This record gives sequence, structure tokens and C-alpha cells, in this order.
Amino acid sequence: MPKVAIVGYGLTKFSKEDIEIENVLMNSTRDLFKNSPNLQQKDIDAVLVSTNNNSKYLSAILSEMSGIQPRIAHSIESLCNSGTNSIVSGYSYICSGLVDLVLISGAERYDSPGQVLEWDQLRGEFKHPIFWASIFSKSYKRKYSVTEEDLALVSVKNHKQSKKNPNALPQKSISLEDVLNSKKLTADLRLLDCSRPCTGGASILLASEKVYKNFTDVPVWISGIGQKTTSASFTKNLMFDEMESTKQAATRAFHMSKRSQNDIDVMELHDAFSVCEPMALESLGFASAGKGMELVKEEILCQSSKINPRGGLIGTGHPLGATGIAQTIEIVQQLEHKAEKRQVDNPLTGLVHNMSAGATSSTVLVLER
Amino acid sequence: MNFNSELKKGNFMITECDRCKKIVWPSSIFCNQCFNETRWRKSSGVGKVIEFSKKDDKWFCLAEIEDSIKIIGQIDFGTPKVGDKIHIVKCGVNIGNMHVKMEIF
Repeated sequence: MPKVAIVGYGLTKFSKEDIEIENVLMNSTRDLFKNSPNLQQKDIDAVLVSTNNNSKYLSAILSEMSGIQPRIAHSIESLCNSGTNSIVSGYSYICSGLVDLVLISGAERYDSPGQVLEWDQLRGEFKHPIFWASIFSKSYKRKYSVTEEDLALVSVKNHKQSKKNPNALPQKSISLEDVLNSKKLTADLRLLDCSRPCTGGASILLASEKVYKNFTDVPVWISGIGQKTTSASFTKNLMFDEMESTKQAATRAFHMSKRSQNDIDVMELHDAFSVCEPMALESLGFASAGKGMELVKEEILCQSSKINPRGGLIGTGHPLGATGIAQTIEIVQQLEHKAEKRQVDNPLTGLVHNMSAGATSSTVLVLER
Repeated sequence: MNFNSELKKGNFMITECDRCKKIVWPSSIFCNQCFNETRWRKSSGVGKVIEFSKKDDKWFCLAEIEDSIKIIGQIDFGTPKVGDKIHIVKCGVNIGNMHVKMEIF
């Protein structure tokens, strides 16, 4: 199969600012061009936009605003894993031979309509994500004797790591007591267990083997892709203490990359809520069932930031359409040894886990230098 | 007939495929296996608690109805436990959303 490289990226700072979606897209695209001195508008064959925003024709609009006349231009929406879905689409366009260079731009506003899935009437009036997160938390805590205090450690760790991320939503340092004393949203979820919706953008440039050298000397290759959608409705999950779609996506991504969990030096996980991090670690195969929190505690004890070095979604903020792309950029920066204060020790292989709507859909990417 | 119009009248309806002998859920006019037209029927509303939590002073509960379909509803009386038998006592539409009240029995 042809290879696809990541050869450029751009980010905006995540904020609560009221910025038009077109300008959020433009801001990270502009940053990408600034970071890619050899890139010219005429080089770009395809422009894909990842967002849950209701505005129409955004890829054509971004192209127009950026002076690009692409052969392929369209938007991609898949709730919270829109970003990695777009990367998979860009990858496929290159592998098919249709194009050589794809610009993917993800953006969301703090008031995104993607936070609630209207289709999911099976949840009745409990449509907000805090309710599926409460069900996951309750189920996971009971089955594995995990406590509220245990899960709060995820939030403390990821908030701490996000302090080293200049693009994260600004915040104070968060202690265990802060999490445990934060507003009780339900009996099983507190405010600081949750990632925050925000305004943010992230753009990435994918290239074929033929053209990647024009843009970078240190390409990061997408070596494994796994995606699985089990349904659109949270209540159709068969289990509420694991992520079936993540399990299946991980198996495919590892198989495709010919790598295993032991090869992964750094990872960005979809910690939309604190319980999601240990559950994802288990469903991805990094820990056995119920042992995800042990791995998190080990990380904290060793002061390692191998899991969610940029601060994950909880620490950084969650601009839905930009999240999967921002996660991928973090792993690329880690593999390039350009992650500055967040840099983990000499990583060669990394993983991205991005999911949607109560784990009804997941994407897993394996990236390598 | 559709799910919401009946729900507004207080009827919790489900769709069933006679060919596949299964409930199609969320309700749909076609079967998601064989694409045959489905048949509407009123649910018994009887099920069991799969999971639960509490918002403010109200329990909400993920319940499996007729050993087949899972929904989230509200429980006003008693403290739910996993496996408790429940039945739907009231349903309707509240600000555009399905609203289901369940009771433990």
C-alpha cells in the first residue's frame, strides 16, 4: 500500500472566544502555512474541513479565503471523531492516487451544535453527554471497585500536563480536592471530571511518498488506521464499562501497522470525561480489564507524561471538529521531538484514540517516524 | 403513525419485524436486517435496571425493556439497584424529548 506522511500542521489557541467558524478555520490554516515555508497554495490538491458547525460549504469557503483552488473540497462530520475521520479520508484520497497533498482543517466554536445528538431519542431528556458519562462512570466504578477519588486523578494529571501546552484553555492548577469539591453534575460526575467545549482550530497537511520531501525532512508516517462504528445510539452499547468500538478499531490499527501495544511510546486518548481514560487504556489493550487506573497511577508516580502529554481533552479543551486533529498534531510533535516542555523521552511510535457519542464510534491511528 | 405521535398520547410503541421475529429499535418503518416493513405494537413496558445514577434528587435509569431495547428514564420512588424489575408508568414528550417515568416493582 502507498505510504502517507504528515508533513505540516497549524493550531490556534483554544479559548471561549466568539470567533466566526470561518476565521477559526483560517487561523490554524494560516499557522500551518507559517510553519511550512515551502508550501504554496497551488500545491494543495484537496481541502477537507472537519466540523460539527451548521454552516455550509466551509471547505470551499476556506479554500477561497486561503487562495487555494483544490480539485477535491468538502466537509466531514462525525461528532467528536470528525477530526480523525477527516485524516482517514485524506489518507484514502492519497492512497487511491487521486491526489498528492491534502490540507485538513478542523474547527469548532464553544457553542457547537455537535454537543447533543438529536437522533438519540433513546436517551429521552438525558441527551447531554454528562448522562452517558455518568452511566459509564457508575458502571466502571462498581465493576472494578474504582472510586471517585481514583477517577479524579485523571483530571488532576491531565490538567497538570496541559499547563505545559501553550494552546490549552487557560486555567488554574487543579488539585485532587478541587476535583472532588467541584460542582456535582450527577451522583457520578463532577464538573472537573469533564472536558470543556471551546473554540479552537487545528490543521494538518498529508502528503504522498512522491511529494513529502518538498515539505519536510522528518516525515511522520501514518502506519496504522482502525475505525469502528457500532451504532448511533449510546444505549445500543452492549457493555457500559468498556468501549467495544475502540477495541475493534485498535485491533485493526495494530494489525495494519504490524505494531503492538509494547511499541507505543506516547499516546493521546479521548478523555472526554475522566472515566474514559482508564476505559480507553483497557479497550486499547494497554491494561487488562479494570487495571487502567493502575497504569494512570503508575504514570503519575513516575512523573511520566506518555498518556495525554498535551493534557488530553480534559486539560486542553474539546473543540469537537478540531480535537482529533489536535491530538494527532501532538503525537507528530512528540515524534519530531518538537513538543518542547511536554516532550517525552525519545518516542519513535505513537497512537491517537478519538471517539464519538458514548463510544459508539472510535478511530485509532498509529504514527511513526 | 410514528413513535413520537404515539408517545405524545402516552403510548410507548415499538416496531417489530415479523420476518426476522425481532424488535427494531430505535423504531423504524423498515427492518434493519431484512428491510421488510415493520409492524407497530404497544410495548409491555416491562424491563429491568441495567444502570442508574442521580441528577439533583432524581434517579435516572438505563433500563432494558422486553429483554431487548435499552432506554433512559426517570424513577421517582425508591432507590434502584441493578437487576431491579421496572415498568413504564408514564411516557410523553417534554420540550421535544422523550420523557419516560418508570417504577420499580
